[in-house]
Amino acid sequence: MRIVADNLDSMKLNQRIRKASGSVLIDRCFGQRYIGSGSKDKKITIYGTPGNALGSYLDGATIIVHGNGQDMIGDTMNSGEIVIHGNAGDGLGYAMRGGMIFVRGSAGCRAGIHMKQYQDQKPALVIGGKAGSFLGEYMAGGMIIVLGLGIEDAPVGDFTGTGMHGGCIYIRTNRELAGLPAQVHSEIAAWEDKQEILPLLLRFGAHFGCDGRALADDRYYLLKPNTARPYAQLYTKN
Amino acid sequence: MLREGQIRIPSGCAVAGVIDRLGRRFSGEVIIRSIAAMRDRSNGLGGGFAAYGIYPHYSQWYALHIFYDHHGAKVDCEQYLKQHFEIADQSPIPTRHMQEITDSPLIWRYFVNPIPARLYRCGMDQREYVARSVLAVNRQIDGAYVFSSGKNMGIFKGVGYPEDIARFYRLEEYEGYCFTAHGRYPTNTPGWWGGAHPFGLLDYSVVHNGEISSYDTNRRTIEMYGYSCTLQTDTEVIAYIVDYLHRAKGLTFDEIAQVLAPPFWQAIEEMPPEKRECAAYLRSTFASLLVNGPFSIIVGFSGGLLALNDRLKLRSMVVGEKGDVVYFASEEAAIRVVEPEPDRVWAPKGGEPVIVAQAGGTER
Repeated sequence: MRIVADNLDSMKLNQRIRKASGSVLIDRCFGQRYIGSGSKDKKITIYGTPGNALGSYLDGATIIVHGNGQDMIGDTMNSGEIVIHGNAGDGLGYAMRGGMIFVRGSAGCRAGIHMKQYQDQKPALVIGGKAGSFLGEYMAGGMIIVLGLGIEDAPVGDFTGTGMHGGCIYIRTNRELAGLPAQVHSEIAAWEDKQEILPLLLRFGAHFGCDGRALADDRYYLLKPNTARPYAQLYTKN
Repeated sequence: MLREGQIRIPSGCAVAGVIDRLGRRFSGEVIIRSIAAMRDRSNGLGGGFAAYGIYPHYSQWYALHIFYDHHGAKVDCEQYLKQHFEIADQSPIPTRHMQEITDSPLIWRYFVNPIPARLYRCGMDQREYVARSVLAVNRQIDGAYVFSSGKNMGIFKGVGYPEDIARFYRLEEYEGYCFTAHGRYPTNTPGWWGGAHPFGLLDYSVVHNGEISSYDTNRRTIEMYGYSCTLQTDTEVIAYIVDYLHRAKGLTFDEIAQVLAPPFWQAIEEMPPEKRECAAYLRSTFASLLVNGPFSIIVGFSGGLLALNDRLKLRSMVVGEKGDVVYFASEEAAIRVVEPEPDRVWAPKGGEPVIVAQAGGTER
C-alpha cells in the first residue's frame, strides 16, 4: 500500500498505516511523527523526512528510510529493525531495549543514551558516520558501533559514555580518543572482540552496499564501563 | 479550565528562519509554509513572525507596532508618541477576519523619528532615544505594548497557531529579505498577545524554543542597565541582552554567542593563548548574562541572522543552504517542505553559532 503523506497530520497518517496490512510505502513524508510506533509485523518504507519519534516502542516491525530522520528515532524500541539511508537527529535509540538500528550517515547528540539489555534482549545501534556529544550516556546495556566512514577526526563528540555502567561501544578510528570520562574503560579491540561485531558489520554492509567484512580488519576502540568503583566518592566518602 | 498539572499538552515550541544573503526580497509565504510543517510543536497559544526589509518606502523611519488593550491606552500612548516623535504615518495594521483568531487587541502601526530638538537636548543617540521610549511606554502606559520598533522591519504576533497568525496579519502580502517564525507552547507563563514571540527591541528580534533556568539572574542584571521585563515571557530578556551587548557594548554577534552560551572552562583551558584570553574575558565579564537551560534561538538583526543552541544541545536546530538562501528550523522537514533539494543540511553543535550576515552588515 502506498500513502502520499504531504501535509497529512501525524494522527491521520498513523491511522492509515495501522489499518494497512503487510508492506506500506510512504512517499513525500514531511515531518509526521510517531510513524510505526509500537508496530509488530509490518514493513514500512519511507521516502522523505519522517518526523520525531520514528519507530518508538517498535515491537518487531521493519522501517526503512530513504532520506534523513529527525530526533528520537527508535525511542524505547523493543525489537525489530530501523534502517536510515541518511543521517539521524538527536536522541537516536534513546533507552532502546532490543532490536537493531542502522544509520548510513551520522547521528546527532545523545545517541544510544540509556540503552539497556536483559537476557536475550540485546539492542544494537550502528552509526556509519560520526556521532555527536553524549554518545551512550548512562548506557546500561547493548552495543553501539560508530564506524566513522569518511570522517577525518575522531568520530565522536564530548562526554562519550559519561555515566556508562553496562554494554559496550566500538569506535572505528585511527585517531586517539582523548577526554573520555572516568566511568569508561577504553582499549584497542582485539581480534576476538571484533568477531562479536562482525554479524552487525556484515548486516550494515548488506544494507548500504559496502564490504562489512573488510571493516572488521580496521582499528577500533572498545569502551566498557570502568568497574573499578568510579563513583566511589561521587556523593560521600565511603 | 484545566490548569497546570491537570492537563498534559505534549508539544514543544518551533522556530524557523529564512534569509537571502544577497538581500533579494521574497513573499512571507515561504516562512508560513515552513513553520506550518511543525504544527505539532505548538498548541495554539502563540505564533509570530519577524520580517526584515518589508517597509522600503519608510526605511528611514522606526516602525512601531503597538498592542492596545483598550481605547484609553491608545489615547495615552499617542499623547506620549506626539510629545517624543515626529509621526510620518499611523494606521491600524491590516488584518483579516478569521474565526481561528479571537480576542485580538487593537493593533496599530506608526512610522516615527525622534523630534530633532528633543533628541538634541537629551544628548542621546537616536537608537538609544527610541529604545528608551519603547521601554518607557511598556513600563508606564497601562494596556499599551510596543512589540516592534525597528527600521524597515516588523514583528507580527498573537495568540493562535503561527500559520493562522500569519493569515490574520496577511503576512503573505509582505516582501522581505529575511523572516523568522515561532510556534508557541507556553510552559511557565500565560499565552497572551504580548507574550508571543518574536520579542524585539529596535531591529533586534528573538524567537526561542526552550526555557531559561537563569532567567532571574539575567533579568536582574539587564534591569540594572535600564531595561524592564514587562511581557511575562522569559525570552524577552534575551532580546534586551542582545540589544545591550550589540548596540551598547559593541560586541560582535560571534562574541554575543559566546556570552549567551560560553564554552566550558575546561574547553577554555585547552584553547590557544590568544583565544583563551578572549573567551575567559567574555565568560567572566558577562557571567550574569550567560543563558542557562535548554534553548534554541534565532536572533534577527538588520541584514542578518544568528542561530544558537545551548551548550549541551538540549533543543533541536537544523540549518539548510541552497545557493544564497539559508534556512533554519527546529526540524529538517520544515526546511525540506520549502526547499526539497538543499545543497547542504546540517545540525550545528551545542553552543556553536551560525551567523549569516549580508555584505554591508548591520546598522551600528
